[in-house]
Amino acid sequence: MRRGPQHAIVLRDPQHRLPRKQEAERELMVDNATIDDPVKARRFRDAALPHLDAAYTLARYLLGNQADAEDAVQECYLRALRHFDTFRGPAIKPWLFAILRNVCRTEYARRSVVDLRDVNAELDKSDNTEPLWGEAPETPETTMIRKLDAGTIQRLVAALPDPFREVIVLREINDLSYRDIAEVIGAPVGTVMSRLARARSILRTAWLAEG
Amino acid sequence: MTCEESEILLHALLDNELDAGHAREVEAHVAACPRCGVQLSQLRAVHTEMSSPQLRFSAPAGLRARVEATVPAARARVTATPYPMASRRTLLRGFALGSVLSGALAASLMITIMRSDQDQRIMGEVVTAHLRSLQVEHLTDVQTSDQHTVKPWFNGRLDVAPPVVDLTAQGFTLLGGRLDYIDGHAVAAIVYRRRNHVLNLFVAAGAGSEREVKTETVQGFTVKSWSDQGLSFRVVSDINAEELQEFVDRFQAAARQGASL
Repeated sequence: MRRGPQHAIVLRDPQHRLPRKQEAERELMVDNATIDDPVKARRFRDAALPHLDAAYTLARYLLGNQADAEDAVQECYLRALRHFDTFRGPAIKPWLFAILRNVCRTEYARRSVVDLRDVNAELDKSDNTEPLWGEAPETPETTMIRKLDAGTIQRLVAALPDPFREVIVLREINDLSYRDIAEVIGAPVGTVMSRLARARSILRTAWLAEG
Repeated sequence: MTCEESEILLHALLDNELDAGHAREVEAHVAACPRCGVQLSQLRAVHTEMSSPQLRFSAPAGLRARVEATVPAARARVTATPYPMASRRTLLRGFALGSVLSGALAASLMITIMRSDQDQRIMGEVVTAHLRSLQVEHLTDVQTSDQHTVKPWFNGRLDVAPPVVDLTAQGFTLLGGRLDYIDGHAVAAIVYRRRNHVLNLFVAAGAGSEREVKTETVQGFTVKSWSDQGLSFRVVSDINAEELQEFVDRFQAAARQGASL
């Protein structure tokens, strides 16, 4: 399955919420009417439902709040069920997460006033050049990584630029392999590796600054 | 290896994504280079901190209910049936669907449903045993990655000799073995690890050689069951169904190979 553009910068705008719930409910009725294959429905249920917590967790980190995350996950499952025929395996999690990520990005694209292509060009440049995001140049050898409480860690993760936040959440929180992350974000494994390296570098610097 | 190369590969090392040869190279570089050494230890500390369960969210009940409602025809599964009567309702629904199901399918559906009460209870016990093993820090009675230590340990403790195979090379690290109780019987629990996830493989005396693997989802855990040569196997974990199937395939292949030696 092909996905859209490879990167997007996401803008936070919690005030602007769309009535997606009603929309989802309308789709739900359509789906109820068209799902006439109980075996297929059960296969979907068995395969996809165990990942509900993980999907919700990803949505929370991508969207930053509970209400949007709930809407996005619900829409993700609706879309996944509708397109379950196109799922060819082997692993459902990256397939499901790719749908979820698209749902989240679509929502942001609707809110966003920034031309995504400009931001993408900027980002592609930054992928292969010197640090753009203000990393500390050198780390003193004596500096230790201290334990931080969950709220602080979440704040540090939330502060990461989106392309970096999503890879680090997919790796560290959702426990996906590089190959699976590549499938979710529709990019080569090499891109996953370089983004993850950058993401961890920024996070480590921020972490040390907390300590 | 240069520091620039190592800077990227450190992460792959941390994430268990490197083959043995590259892993050795990176480790050699890190051992010799203080700067990369500090970097690795810091990255490892961050990595460890982020494995905390507190950073994961549980789907709110309302969301779960809404999502489950999207697959109404599938209510039969143990996954989301808090009511013991559900299987009977499903039975009726199964017959109502008769017009679209072939007779044979309806019959097998009925057998599945009729067995489900007992199966459901055993599945529940399997998951409970799995949870218990994680919670009380009683994962293993005999803790070793050596299959030749685990297997004899069960001798005299059980009336079966469970096959113990080391699947470390296939990504499932053998942690050890434990005695557990399922359905009122002592069973062997063989414990494996996949990344941060624990797999409990329960082996008990059973009937038949039903190689076909059944998959169920209970409380978000995947349970796969099969029988082979008079033993019944149930493996449970929170890794996804595909990875668990990979485990089953590799375990069956290795067990068959062991048996033929």
